[in-house]
Amino acid sequence: MTPDLECFELVQRFGETTAVDNVSFSVSPGSFFSILGPSGCGKTTIMRMIAGFLDPSSGDIRIKGGSVLDTPPNKRPVNMVFQHLALFPMMTIADNIGYGLRRRGMARKEIDRKVDEALDRIDLPGIGGRKVDELSGGQKQRVAIARCMVLEPDVLLLDEPLGALDLKLREHMKVELKALQAAFDTTFLYITHDQSEALVMSDQVAVMNAGRFEQVGSGQDLYYRPETPFVAGFIGESNRWNGRIERAEGGTLQLRTDTGLAMHAAGAPLSEGDKAEIFVRPESIRLASSAEALEGFDNQLKGTVTSILFNGAASRVLVQDEAGEILEVALPQSGEFASLRRGDTVHVGWGAGQATCFGAA
Amino acid sequence: MRQQSRVAFILLLTPLVLWLGLLIVIPHIDMLLISLRERISFGVYEGSLTQYEKALTEPLYLRTFWRTAVMSVLATAITLLIAFPVSYYIAKMAKGRLQQVLFMLCLIPFYVSELVRTFGWMILLRETGLISNLLQLTGLADQPVELLYTDATMMVGLVYTSMLFMVVPLVTTLESLDDSVVEAGYDLGGNGLSVMREIIIPHAMPGIVSGCIVVFMLSLGNYLTPTMLGGKDSLWFTEMIYNQFIVRSNWELGAAFGFMLLVLSSVIVWGMLRLTGRTLKETMG
Repeated sequence: MTPDLECFELVQRFGETTAVDNVSFSVSPGSFFSILGPSGCGKTTIMRMIAGFLDPSSGDIRIKGGSVLDTPPNKRPVNMVFQHLALFPMMTIADNIGYGLRRRGMARKEIDRKVDEALDRIDLPGIGGRKVDELSGGQKQRVAIARCMVLEPDVLLLDEPLGALDLKLREHMKVELKALQAAFDTTFLYITHDQSEALVMSDQVAVMNAGRFEQVGSGQDLYYRPETPFVAGFIGESNRWNGRIERAEGGTLQLRTDTGLAMHAAGAPLSEGDKAEIFVRPESIRLASSAEALEGFDNQLKGTVTSILFNGAASRVLVQDEAGEILEVALPQSGEFASLRRGDTVHVGWGAGQATCFGAA
Repeated sequence: MRQQSRVAFILLLTPLVLWLGLLIVIPHIDMLLISLRERISFGVYEGSLTQYEKALTEPLYLRTFWRTAVMSVLATAITLLIAFPVSYYIAKMAKGRLQQVLFMLCLIPFYVSELVRTFGWMILLRETGLISNLLQLTGLADQPVELLYTDATMMVGLVYTSMLFMVVPLVTTLESLDDSVVEAGYDLGGNGLSVMREIIIPHAMPGIVSGCIVVFMLSLGNYLTPTMLGGKDSLWFTEMIYNQFIVRSNWELGAAFGFMLLVLSSVIVWGMLRLTGRTLKETMG
């Protein structure tokens, strides 16, 4: 099956800086593809090139197999939901949604029918006569998507459309966007700096940093099997150390951090003496009140609680071990540690497989 | 506390009331009264509508009155046509320093008085002026060309004088137009023309209307430019008011002319607002 969207060795230079550096990817039909990266990593630039507002310095963009480089933005079979939605404030909702159809010269009757259909689809029937500023944030969001979807684009581009919404609504819109994508059965290309948005909604996520794709994969891939230190640090939270390999044997590595902490890790093709970066997620560290409970874990430490960072389900305990190293550990909400206080002695442990290790220069 | 804020309110309001009352309302009432009387003999006056009758029956007066109105509307339209692309370029296409410089360039001619600016045009356009000489030098004309004292010259002067007052409100409204709204217009299949018609112009409407009102009023009430650049046929209504007041010392007719001008500009501004479906409140924000 031809991919709906293919970018091939895409490069964008602005003067001396390279905003997008040799990026290639393809998005299969009907899937939800996200580009996730910190601000300034070049993700918006990629989107603008696909929409046609920027010409790539080199490389090719193909939609349904055909190159669109010579096609102006108003002729490309892609539509874009802008960061601040860019609804037309001078028009009613119906005129907003019908705008693209009018441009195609469709008959008035046909447009009205399609607009009503789209409003039903986004669950906002009968609001066609209203003005844009009479709608709530979530409603505007849905109208912006409907405005693109009536044109039946091959690919819908979404440029951080949830950024302006408050937290509660954002959580809700994540689920809704996914449902809309399934309902319209269209390929979505979504860019965001919010990993939760990307992980929850996407079939595939590309993590982008400094103009390059670091890793492309499913949410699980990125979380459990990061391929680069950047991905390991960017997706989820991590305790992070620099260290040196002391012993490499079979699949396990024994290493010591620069601060003197000894630990076991698995995986990485490193050999004795190599420098390494180690990542351990707070939620993969087991917290226990006695050392016995941690038998079977490759890494075991004893330490004192220096503070408790309460944040509901995402609460953390900061544990200082005897060497002075501070670890962030997830606080289980099972009631077992409800009485944990600052200064208490605790034991922490994690398996070698839970420690992700990368060679460092 | 309430007492205090009342005092502050009255204190703040006083200058405005004084200004409106002393400089605008009272003189206009006086003017209206003058226009409604007739001089019988030295120091003896009688109320009558003679002045208005005279103004509305004398062909020269009436013709000048309509001509001034039509020419002012035309000047406003031409100013808008020229100022719109200029403003769009300044507001949307020029970036950073260039934007400031271009805006300053629009402002600079207004550093000198209107009189000097108009003389500048005369120096360029008169029979022995720069352009006439240039035309003879290049062989395009074989004798001195007089470019002054025509309606076209006067129009050039009026447009030039009004330009800034159209550019400023247009730049302000166009700047407030989000770039992504224009991009969305293209993205959804619009071309340059339809984006202009459906998105940019509707958005700029408040600026267009307020700019047009200001430029129209300035042109209608302009005295210097029509007098200096216009020919004998290009009589402007303000010149006739001046003539009645100063040359003929006929204050009664002059006052009647003044009132006709006021009514005319009010009617045309009202018509302009009706035509664009806007209220004065929206336009003046």
